[in-house]
Amino acid sequence: MSVLRSGMGAGAVPSGAPVSLSGVGKTFQTSGGGRTVALENIDLDVQPTEFISLIGPSGCGKSTLLRIVGDLIEPSTGTVQVNGKPARRARLDRDYGMVFQAPVLFEWRSVEANVRLPLEVMGVDKGTREQRVHDMLELVELGAFKKHYPHQLSGGMQQRVAIARALCFQPALLLMDEPFGALDEMTRERLNIEVLRIWQQTGTTILFVTHSIPEAVFLSTRVVVMSARPGRISEVISIDLPQPRNDQTRESERYFELVTQVRESLRGRGAAASAARARAEGGIG
Amino acid sequence: MTDEQQAPPESAVATSRGRSSAPARALLRTAAVMGLFLLGVAVIWEGFKALFGDPWRYPQLGIDFRPPFHLLQAADLQLPHVWDIVGALANPVQRSAAQSLGQFLVGAAIFTWWEALIGFVIGALVGVVLATLFVHSRLAERAFVPYVIASQTIPIVALAPLIVVGLGRGIVSIVFIAVYLTFFPVTIAEVRGLRSPDPRSLELMRSYAASRWSIFWKVRLPASVPYLFSALKIAATASVVGTIIGEDPGGASEGLGRAIVNFNQQYITGPEKLWATILVASLLGMAFYLVVRMIEVIALRGRRVAQA
Repeated sequence: MSVLRSGMGAGAVPSGAPVSLSGVGKTFQTSGGGRTVALENIDLDVQPTEFISLIGPSGCGKSTLLRIVGDLIEPSTGTVQVNGKPARRARLDRDYGMVFQAPVLFEWRSVEANVRLPLEVMGVDKGTREQRVHDMLELVELGAFKKHYPHQLSGGMQQRVAIARALCFQPALLLMDEPFGALDEMTRERLNIEVLRIWQQTGTTILFVTHSIPEAVFLSTRVVVMSARPGRISEVISIDLPQPRNDQTRESERYFELVTQVRESLRGRGAAASAARARAEGGIG
Repeated sequence: MTDEQQAPPESAVATSRGRSSAPARALLRTAAVMGLFLLGVAVIWEGFKALFGDPWRYPQLGIDFRPPFHLLQAADLQLPHVWDIVGALANPVQRSAAQSLGQFLVGAAIFTWWEALIGFVIGALVGVVLATLFVHSRLAERAFVPYVIASQTIPIVALAPLIVVGLGRGIVSIVFIAVYLTFFPVTIAEVRGLRSPDPRSLELMRSYAASRWSIFWKVRLPASVPYLFSALKIAATASVVGTIIGEDPGGASEGLGRAIVNFNQQYITGPEKLWATILVASLLGMAFYLVVRMIEVIALRGRRVAQA
C-alpha cells in the first residue's frame, strides 16, 4: 500500500526501529527550586508501520514524551533512538513529521504555500515541490482549496492541511500531539477514518497522543496507557481489531471490549496510585 | 467530508470578493475619518470665534455679527477665519509675486516630503536591523536597548542644533533628525513582532531542522509585518515632524520648516500664511500616513486581521 512513498522516491528509509526508548526520564526544575518528575523509566519499541497511541491523564507526560522523540526536548535520562539513530540525528535528517493540537498554519501563506513550507526549508527543487504539494493536497482531499488562506477554512480542514504539511517530505515517522482534540466529535470521527487511510496509503509509522479512549482504540495497533506523577507506562494493550477499520468497527463487540479494557487500565492505575498515596500519608501521619 | 467542505467555500468566496476592493475601501475609510477630523476642527474653530472673536463683517452677504464675548485668543490676528486661511492659498505668496501661496506651499511640501521619505526609509531599516539584532542576541539587547530608550528622552528641539553642529548644515543633518524620530517606534514594535510567532511554529521549524536564517525569513519576519506597519504609520508622521523641525537649524533654503520660520516673522502682516502652512504640513503628514496605510493593506492581504 506504500504507493505514494515508492512512487515519489526519496524519503528516509528506516534503518532501525522507528522509535526505541529505553529508560527515558525527564525532570523539570520548577521556579521554586523544586523538581518535578514528568517522566520516569519509559521503555518502548515501535515497529515499522505501527500506529501507537499514548493515552493517559493530564500531566502524565505524554506530550513531553512525544517532544523527546522529536528532539524538541532533551530527556534527563535514558536513550532515544529514532530510525536507528539518536533523536537529534533523526531530527536533523528530517526523519519525522509533526502535527500539533492546533493546526499552527501560517496565516500569510495560502494552503499550498503552507504545505510547501518544509520543502522550501529543506531546499527541495521546485518541480518536485509542486508535485509533492499537489499529491499531498489530493491525499487529504483539499486540492480544490489550495489557493485559500487558513482563516477561510474550517478547523477540520486546517488540521488536514497540517497533516499534508507533515507528510509532504515523506517522513518515515509521524508524531501527532492530540491533533483532533480541539475538533467536534463528528469531525473527529471523520478525520480518524481519514488518518487511517493516509496511514495505510503511505506506510508511515504513527505515534499519536490522545485524551480519547475510543479514538485510541479505533486508530491504534497498540495503545500505551500512561499514569501521572511521575509519568510512567502502566500497560501496553494490543488492539487486534481487523484492518481496514471503518464505521462498523466502532459498533463491533471487540471494539467495546477493548475500550473497556483501556478505560479500566486507566482507572486501575488511578485507584492504585491514590491507594498508594493514602498509604504514604497514613505512614507519615 | 462533503458537508464540512460545503460551508467554507461560501465564506471563502465572500472573503475573496471583499479582498479585491478591500484596499480601496480601507483607504476611503481612513481618508473619510481624516476629512471628518478636519471638518470637526473647522467647526470648533469657527464656533470659538463665533463666541469670543472679532465682529464678523461681510456687507456683501448682509452679515454684521458681534460675538457675545471677547477673548484675545479668538481675535482675527490670533486665529484667522478658516475661509481666510484657505482663501490665502490662492493669493500671491509675496506682494506682486507670480506664484500663489498654494503653489509655493505644495512645492515646499514636496521638498520636505523627500527629506522625510529618505529619513523614514533609513529609520525603518535601522529599526528592523536593530530589532533583528536584539531578538537574536540577549547580550546586544541588554547592552543597547537602554541607549535606544534614552535617545528618545532628549527633546528633538534641543538635539537638532547639536546634530547640525556635528554633521554640518544641509540635507544630511535634516535626514538624520528624521531618522532619529523614525527608528525608535519601529525598533520597539519590530522586536515584539519578531517575537510574536506561536512557540509551536518555532518547534515546527525546529522539527524541519531549519536554520536561524530560515526561521527568521519564513516565520519571524512575516509574522512581524502587522506590528511593523503599526510603527511605520507612527514613523510616517514623525518623520515629517522631524524634518520640519530640522529644516531651520539644518539651514534648508526650501521646505515647510523654512516657510514656517519665514511666515512666523511676517505674522503681523499676514497671519493666514502661517496657518495655511500649518494646514499644508498637517495634510502632508496625513497623506504620508495614507500612503503607508495603503501599502499595509496590500501587504496584509489574505490575513484575517488587517489592523487600522
